[in-house]
Order: sequence, then structure tokens, then C-alpha cells
Amino acid sequence: MNVDISQQLQQQVQRACEEKVALRIVGGNSKAFYGCDISAETLSVAEHRGVLSYEPTELVITVRAGTPLKTIEALLDDHGQVMPFEPPAFSGHATIGGIIACNFSGPRRAYAGAARDYLLGCKIINGKGEILTFGGEVMKNVAGYDVSRLMAGAMGSLGVLLEVSLKVLPKAETESTQMIHCSSADAIEKMHTWSQTPLPVSATSFHDSILRVRLSGANKAVMAAVDQIGGDAMQNADQYWQDLKEQRLDFFNTEKHLWRLSLASDVESVLVENTDEDDFLYEWGGALRWLKSDMPAEIIQAAVAELDGHASLFRRGSVFRDGEQSTIFQPLTPGLMRIHKNLKQAFDPHNILNPGKIYSEL
Amino acid sequence: MNINMQSSNKVSLLKELLKLLPEDAVLHQAEDLHPYECDGLSAYRHLPMIVVLPNTVDQVQSILRLCYEGGVPVVARGAGTGLSGGALPLENGVLLSLAKFKDIINIDAKRRIARVQPGVRNLAISQAVDQLGLYYAPDPSSQIACTIGGNVAENSGGVHCLKYGLTVHNIQQLKIITIEGELLTIGGSGLDSSGYDLLALMTGSEGMLGVIVEVTVKLLPKPESAQVLLAAFDDVVKAGEAVGNIIAAGIIPAGLEMMDKLAISAAEDFVHAGYPLDAEAMLLCELDGTNEEVSEHVSKVHEVLQQSGATEVRTAKDEAERLTFWKGRKAAFPAVGRLSPDYYCMDGTIPRKQLPRVLKTMADLSNEYDLPVANVFHAGDGNLHPLILYDANIEGELERTEEFGGKILELCVEVGGTITGEHGVGVEKINQMCVQFNSLELTQFHAVKAAFDPQSLLNPGKAVPTLHRCAEFGAMHVHKGELPFPELERF
Repeated sequence: MNVDISQQLQQQVQRACEEKVALRIVGGNSKAFYGCDISAETLSVAEHRGVLSYEPTELVITVRAGTPLKTIEALLDDHGQVMPFEPPAFSGHATIGGIIACNFSGPRRAYAGAARDYLLGCKIINGKGEILTFGGEVMKNVAGYDVSRLMAGAMGSLGVLLEVSLKVLPKAETESTQMIHCSSADAIEKMHTWSQTPLPVSATSFHDSILRVRLSGANKAVMAAVDQIGGDAMQNADQYWQDLKEQRLDFFNTEKHLWRLSLASDVESVLVENTDEDDFLYEWGGALRWLKSDMPAEIIQAAVAELDGHASLFRRGSVFRDGEQSTIFQPLTPGLMRIHKNLKQAFDPHNILNPGKIYSEL
Repeated sequence: MNINMQSSNKVSLLKELLKLLPEDAVLHQAEDLHPYECDGLSAYRHLPMIVVLPNTVDQVQSILRLCYEGGVPVVARGAGTGLSGGALPLENGVLLSLAKFKDIINIDAKRRIARVQPGVRNLAISQAVDQLGLYYAPDPSSQIACTIGGNVAENSGGVHCLKYGLTVHNIQQLKIITIEGELLTIGGSGLDSSGYDLLALMTGSEGMLGVIVEVTVKLLPKPESAQVLLAAFDDVVKAGEAVGNIIAAGIIPAGLEMMDKLAISAAEDFVHAGYPLDAEAMLLCELDGTNEEVSEHVSKVHEVLQQSGATEVRTAKDEAERLTFWKGRKAAFPAVGRLSPDYYCMDGTIPRKQLPRVLKTMADLSNEYDLPVANVFHAGDGNLHPLILYDANIEGELERTEEFGGKILELCVEVGGTITGEHGVGVEKINQMCVQFNSLELTQFHAVKAAFDPQSLLNPGKAVPTLHRCAEFGAMHVHKGELPFPELERF
């Protein structure tokens, strides 16, 4: 279970660099659905695995990128700790490297922070085949640019993740979920009323006219919050939040494209033709909306851009046209794209690491 | 550049700047430049060539375009409270003060955000949203004076980082001007956006990548209740272990601070907080949250502290006493400052378990250099602030202090930590960057800078050392018989 193949990985990147061959970085291949298609030689990181250090009282764990997510979760659980960003796995094979590369976070994100917020440091191979270490294993570290966090969400296009150090936290003592039947406007209103008070809310969702709110923390605090919030206690709530995180709820069972909209939490509704209330699922206090729609990307992205938000095609529906490749992620402004291209050049001058995975220019 | 060329450059640049800005927003006489000669690290001073004080984004864009075209370096400055010389001016450069950008543009209580200009003071944000029951969490000790633009540039922390994070965790959007004068919006109205995480890259970039002209900060609801415990220990190691034990009990305190004997007595003399003068170390542990949560955690922490061998544990009996307990800690730097003509504040972070070793080595170094050290420690997150006491008027003492400080930082790296937790590299720790990073990593940093600023005009020479500088520094500091940067020529 504990294997170091960093040298082989480095050699493969160096060879690709010399021969100008593009590489497709793969961990557990559990997120192949996400991002643009690329045809390239596979660089498999899955065998590079193992926990390198974990000291529960330091609240830090360092692991090789190919370590399965479930291995890390089980180890943390033995010590009453968690990765607070509640990463979705989407398969039993998900690796921590893939999670960080995609910056995927689950229901707790709006209340505890994203994967990038818990990333303290990483070791990478850049596009020149150099092994580099940034950040570290301590919570406060401002030496040099924050290259580690830059890796979160870069989808491997700036470097191959070899190791990551993450901040972890104690598990909440108690959790309890309440359900309230209401309209979407009421749900938005309630979520914002709560978010302005110190209630221990750790997740929210709204779909099918039901607002669900999870409370986490010290026993007495959760009990008091349940009284304050009202509604009905939900049975099997853990299973529900797992199913939401892993997109196993009925809502996600669709032939249509699944869009991920990141926008201001208090937006009442996103106006997209041919969609109705049932096509939306709200999370993160309203700041994340899942939308099932086959409307053209331009229409959805324009509607969201109007609200100063971002829309990405998260999962493709049954019909996907090649032309849709270029609009999977919300287009960047020319100024930002220029900086992105310069950064790509700075880390991967030969354009061999997951080229075109996010944008064709990168 | 020879002096004649420099002065002719100055004259022509001045002429151009006066076309963009009113006369009183362009300073160029020596007596007007003096207030800008240093930041909070006053050991380093230079007069800038020119100081500009724009008050619109358009003006900042025009100034940067002008400097870009003329190849003139630019150093941005907020309140000048930085402790690492990040805002130290350049003799051949323009100092760009953002002091006039003092407006809170918009407060949105529902979204819990505030859009502010970079010159707004950290504390002013919390004060402005206080009546809404909200606050801005990062609270560096200088929060009464430091500005949010500087906080972003340094990724400032404070005493509440362990629970509430650093600046990078508490901002949502930035507007920056590139060296070419282009306005870029980074981030959006949501919790994340498309593309690379430039928000993280900008945070802590020490003014090297762009000039921040607007910050959207996230606000938090004020906790219903906060309580602080004070624990005394007869041994620093026991105090360190107590910190681990609190965390092992599943509790994340809002603040967890440690002071050693010298710091305790200095603070007590200064503010009379009732600190235990016979203790070798003292912990302050603040718990916040709902009333129920705080009362549950206070009794738990009380028990943990006693089991960890505290000689005394006190809980603040009311809000006034809570503030008094904190007052001593917050005044620790000036309090220590009263013990000696000068003090030098260090900022390394270490894995907490290394504390006994680091304190022991620091005590040995203190004897070796014959300079006393007081220790103030953000114990929860491992951020050490050793304060070296010295007298700058004694010939060679500053140099000895800097060398001692450098050794402390190198020790932090050796035990798996970092040379700076929250004060930044600036000019102060630039040599120690050579210890923490190898030449490939430093080269990567330079490439990141070039992606934003290819001519290296924004705050050049700070934060990331050149490889040549490291080679020279390495030649003076041979570590375990190995020369760092063996691939470089020596000269």
C-alpha cells in the first residue's frame, strides 16, 4: 500500500518533455467525466500511494497523490478527524490527487471552506520534469507565492501532484438534520437568516420543495439550534448527505447535461429558457446550484455571467456535440486568459501536462 | 545607472506624473519623501525617487502604464505597518501609496460581504459592520492601523487563524491593476470561479504581481459568546503538550496563545493584567460559538489543562476580565519593547511538536549571542514570534541580532517549518528563502512573477532572491559541509 514511484513518474514526464508528447494525468480515473477530452499518453499516478505522516494533534496529514480517498478517510476516522471540505469521491477509486486537482468539495464547503482552503503544501512535477515542493506542513506559511493553492483546481495542467499536505479537523460531536417544506424563495430567505447568526449550520440543500439543514457541533449547541430552526427531524440524514455529495439522489438521474452554477447565494432565480424549478438543486446556502438543462452553453453561461457568477458543464448528458468542448468551463476575459496562458507557459513550457483539459489555450 | 541619468529620468517622469495627478499628489522633495523611507521594519531605509498618491483607479492605471513604458520600478504601499520591509522604497523607483483609497464601497449583510478599497483599515471593516452583528475575522496585531490591501499582499493572520483562517480564506474577489495598467477582476460573486486560483496566488504575493485596488471580504456572524481561560505552567514543554491535548480532545479554540516568562513579566509590568509572574509559561485559550457550545467547551478545556499539569487555571469571570487577559497578550510587543532600546521580531512557524527542541536551541543561541529573547507564540498554529532584545546604538549589535534571527529561521526550516508565518519575506528574510527553497523552486517563483510582470518592475528584489544572491549567501553559510546550489558558479 506504500509505494513511491516518483522517480518513474519524473522520468516519464522528462521523456515526454524531450519528445514533446502530451500526457493525460490519471489517478483512479473516477473523474474522467469532468473537463474536456484530450488524447494523450497516460501518466498513471494511482500506484504512487501511501500516508507519509499523520499526527492527529498537529491537525495535518501528508499523503502521496495516488492514495485512495477512502484510505485517508478511514485513517482520519480512527482518530475522530475529517477533511472538513467533505470531498465527493464519485467512485471507490478516487484518489486525493484527483480531488485536489479538481478542487472538489462537498456539502460542508459553504460553512467550512473548500479543498483549496485545507491545502497546506504540495510536491509536484512541473512540465519540465522537475520535482518541486511548495508550502509545507504548517498552517501559517507565507514564504514564496502560494503555488500549492494554485494547483488546486488546475486539473493537472500546471503540474503533476506527487504529495499533498492537508489540514484536518476534529469530527463534529453531533449532527442533526431538519427538513422544512417551503418555496425556493422562502428557502433562500431562511438560509440567509441563519447565515447571519452564529447557528452551527454545516450544510443546506433545497430541491423538491424541501429545505434541509444540517447542524453540527457540540451536543447542547446542536440541540438548541434544532429548537430555533424548527421543521421536522430527518431520519437517515447521513445517507442523504452522502447521496447528495456523490450525486446519487434521483435529481441527478438525468439524460440532460448537468450544469454547476457558482453564484451569489441570494440570487432568487436564474432565468434560462425551457427550465423550471424542478431542474434546479440548491446547495451551499444558495451559492451552488445544479441545473439539468440541454440549452446551449452560451445561453446558460451568459445568464450566469449576468449575475457575476460562473457556470460549468459538470456532467454531460446523453447527447454531447463536439462543438461543446470549448464551452465546458465559463470563458475567461481576455486579460485573465493572457495571465492563464503565461502561467501555463511558466510551469509547462512544452504544453505536455493535460493540455486542453480546462481550456484549449492551456 | 549614473546619477545624471537618474536625475534626468526623475525630471521627465515628474513632468509626466504631474500631467496625471494634482501637484499635491506627487511628492519629490526630500523632506516630503522621508515619511515613506521605511515600513514597520525600520532597520531598512531608502528614500524613494518619487511618491505618488492617486485617488482613482484610472490614475493608478495611468501611473502604472507610464512606469511600464519607462521601465521604472514601482513599490505599492498601504499603511506601511509591514514587518518585513515589503514596502521598502527603491531609490530609482516610484512609491505608489494607496492611502487615499479609504472608502467602504458597499456592505451586503445578506451575502455577508463588504467591497472595500485597499486603504481601508482592517479594524474599520469590523467596526463598520458591527451593528449588523458581523465582523471580518483575520485580526493581525496591527489591525488598528494596517490596511486590507496590505493584508491581502501579505496574507495576514492574527490570533484567530486556527479556527477562522488567514486572509486567503476570508476574501472573495479582488480587483487588481497589472503592470501594463490593465484592470483585472479575480474571483466572482460565488464561492469559486473558473480557471486557476489567482485569488490564492495574489494573496501573499507581496506586491510583486499586481496592485490591488479593491477587495471583497467575507464577513462572519459575531459569535454569541466568547470565553477565555488562562493557565500557568512551571514548564514550557508542559504548556506545549497542553495545546496538543486540547486539540486531541476535539476542540478547536478561537485563539490559543502562549507566552514565556520574560514575555509574561514584560506584559504584566505594562498592563497589569494579573498574569502569573512565577510561571515559566502561560496559555490563553479562547473559546467562542453559541452559549451552549462555549460553556460545554470551557469545562472540557479546564479539565484538560489541569490534567496537563497546569499550576493554575483561571476562567475570566466577566467580559472585562476577558479583555484584560487579552490586553496583556496584545500589548506583548510594545511591552517587551520597554525592556530594551530595540527589539527584533521574528516570525517562523514550526510543527507544534517541535516546540521543546526549538525553545531549547533558541535558549542556547541566546546565550551564544548574548542577546535575550522573549517568546510570544500563536501556539494553536505553530507560529512563533521570538523577540530578540538589542540596542542598535551599540556598534555591531544589529548585525549580531540579524545573524541570530537568521539562525532561528533556519532552525524553523530544519524542523519542518517555515521562515515566515504571517509577516512576509520582504527584504528581511530574503536570504533565508535560499534555505527553504532550492534553485529550481526559486526559478519557478521567478517564472510566476514573469507571467504577470515580465520586466520585473513591481516591487523588484523583494520576497524571492535571485540565484546569485543565494549562491553568495550559501557561500557564507556552509551547512553540514554541503554547499547549497552546487550547480552555480561562485564569485
